[in-house]
Amino acid sequence: MIKPYGDTLNDGKVQLSFTLPIPWSEAADEAARQLVVKMGFADVQVVEGRAVAENFSFFIVYASTPQTIDFESLAIPSVKTHKMTMDEIDALIEERVGRKIRVAGACIGTDAHTVGIDAILNMKGYQGDYGLERYKMFETFNRGSQVAVEDLVRFTKEKKIDALLASQVVTQKGSDVKNFTALVELLEAESLRDNVILCCGGPRMTSLLATELGYDAGFGRGTLPSEVAAFIATRMVHRVD
Amino acid sequence: MELQIDRKAVTRCRKSAAAIADPVQAFIERHSTVSVERSVLRLLGVDGVDADGAPVPNAIVESLEAGELARGVAVTFGRALVKTGLEPNALGERIASGALKLAEFRDVPKDTARDAVTGHARKALERLRTSRDERHELLQRFPQLPPPLLYMIVATGNIYEDRTAAVAAAEAGAQIIAVIRSTGQSLLDFVPYGPTTEGFGGTYATQANFAIMRAALDEVSRRLGRYVMLTNYASGLCMPEIAAMAALERLDMLLNDSMYGILFRDINMKRTFVDQHFSRKLNAASGIIINTGEDNYLTTADAVEQAPAVLASQFINEELAHRAGMPDRQIGLGDAYEIDPNLEDGFLLEVAQAQLARQIFPNSPLKYMPPTKHMTGDIFKGHLVDAMFNLTSVMTGQTIHLCGILTEAIHTPFLGDRALSLENARYIMKTARHFGEDIVPKPGGRIEARANDVLSECEILLERVAARGLMQAIEAGTFADVKRSPDGGRGFEGVFARGTDYWNPFEEMLS
Repeated sequence: MIKPYGDTLNDGKVQLSFTLPIPWSEAADEAARQLVVKMGFADVQVVEGRAVAENFSFFIVYASTPQTIDFESLAIPSVKTHKMTMDEIDALIEERVGRKIRVAGACIGTDAHTVGIDAILNMKGYQGDYGLERYKMFETFNRGSQVAVEDLVRFTKEKKIDALLASQVVTQKGSDVKNFTALVELLEAESLRDNVILCCGGPRMTSLLATELGYDAGFGRGTLPSEVAAFIATRMVHRVD
Repeated sequence: MELQIDRKAVTRCRKSAAAIADPVQAFIERHSTVSVERSVLRLLGVDGVDADGAPVPNAIVESLEAGELARGVAVTFGRALVKTGLEPNALGERIASGALKLAEFRDVPKDTARDAVTGHARKALERLRTSRDERHELLQRFPQLPPPLLYMIVATGNIYEDRTAAVAAAEAGAQIIAVIRSTGQSLLDFVPYGPTTEGFGGTYATQANFAIMRAALDEVSRRLGRYVMLTNYASGLCMPEIAAMAALERLDMLLNDSMYGILFRDINMKRTFVDQHFSRKLNAASGIIINTGEDNYLTTADAVEQAPAVLASQFINEELAHRAGMPDRQIGLGDAYEIDPNLEDGFLLEVAQAQLARQIFPNSPLKYMPPTKHMTGDIFKGHLVDAMFNLTSVMTGQTIHLCGILTEAIHTPFLGDRALSLENARYIMKTARHFGEDIVPKPGGRIEARANDVLSECEILLERVAARGLMQAIEAGTFADVKRSPDGGRGFEGVFARGTDYWNPFEEMLS
């Protein structure tokens, strides 16, 4: 069983900060304190409270949580296979798949932020890790931004795509989940879902969410291109086997 | 602080930029676009939407046959004004509803039609000048705090929520408010209508939304005793129309780049060049400061490698803006603090780039953009990187300072996030206010050497582009590793060659 660690085991210390839509006053500090008590925290200390606009005040609070988590009992899927280099991945595909894997990526819906998909696909890659375009054994199609789900599915069919990467950076009002869901549903309607390795990516993406959405894998913040490449390669090997 | 830079190289860069602009300008003068024509109608007073929700200016321009369009919409519309005796807006509605057809009025003589339009055009320019004078007067009465001017973004999707956020940001120290547009608006070939409460990643730019925000900021300006500026985006497929609407509603700044749409939104290059020119003519007349988009080179590729391309783009933007009649004081050239924070001496490279721009463009209200690419969910580190950005800005005398926000990579900023960001900027800029004035960079040191390297690489790049032609250089992928063909991309179908009797009253009056 675990709890947050401040400076002593099981002290349960957390820091919170938030804004309340009221002018600052001592009463506002007390409102902040009581709110955190209501959240279930103990030893609540409002260490900072101040006005950030005429009708808004900001608070920094330290408190202890009585909650614990049974870490041993958690079962969280992880798609990150063991670390492989570009050469290892190319060699694996060449040997076990025997042909280039066709990968298409796109920022779907109205999202124009290609920073994520570009980091994975562009030759240059991300943090010194080359993008999929650089791999000998991937044939990549970067479809760019604001690609309609219908167009992406049509393209997948026409080009016989093996692995599809959908990216969503804008997450406002759940637009990412809506678009990801639309893609899965359309692939299913076209009986293409089982033909592709389907991956999604974005700053808020987790493996758990991806699984819930019906994707094979989800890649979040800080993902390296080689991690995506390794996942696609090993999944493809399983398919061929 | 003053770097010893190769002044002759700067002169040669400007010469290359002029050589680059010459053929582009010649092309611009022989062409117009549907968006230019729609902005003519908007300035004449045409507004509103038809029964299907399509803007009236779009409906009118679409109703013209190709031969008529080549003359420009003004004369054809003027004929109908003469014959019907209606005001432009009422006439527009009748045409959009199908009650009247422009083809019915061909017998009205050209000169009579021109006179009718010129009267309305004069009134429009009068309105532009009034709003410019009004801004001038408000700035006298409610002076801004000294630059860097703190620029804050709001983007809830709902203009009324944006208003709350903008007023709170102004109270917390923001001097400029930008309303981010809904993602995808740059690709719409029309401007949405009316107040809007739904958007993704931002709020639609509409004339009604402009007016709502302007009124709120005027109110807060009076209350705080300092003028709070308003910014929106004249980029994408409707550059001149947004410029027209912004001028009418007294926006103070517009994002407006000569190449951004081509490279980063795959908008046709001919469309963009023609549109940027007319939009900048309007901006020049209405006193609006443009912000160019060089920061985009740095977010899509390596910031250290792209530094010469940023400078080259600044030279090109400056030259094309001059050709639209914009004075230096209205040309806010862009740059950004995007070097990987893990790079040793990255801060020195940032200082070199920012100071280089300051010295080369001394009268430009430089627009400095915050780190975004290397911001992560680690808000504590993000706040520190923003502090280094703030320091660079104040020590190199940047003018328009887009405040970095610690939750940049996480969500559309919370109200409290903006307040923390503004506190960060205000603290750094106060504690280091005159730091830049008091330090002398080591002659031949790392900062000066980097600045000269960037300048000399920029010179080579500009020479190459000049030799090849700008359109061909873009086609070959010279900028941001992106390749675009002259007839490809969005909006090409909206570009047309001007007939010999083409007429745009505003172009004539603003020359």
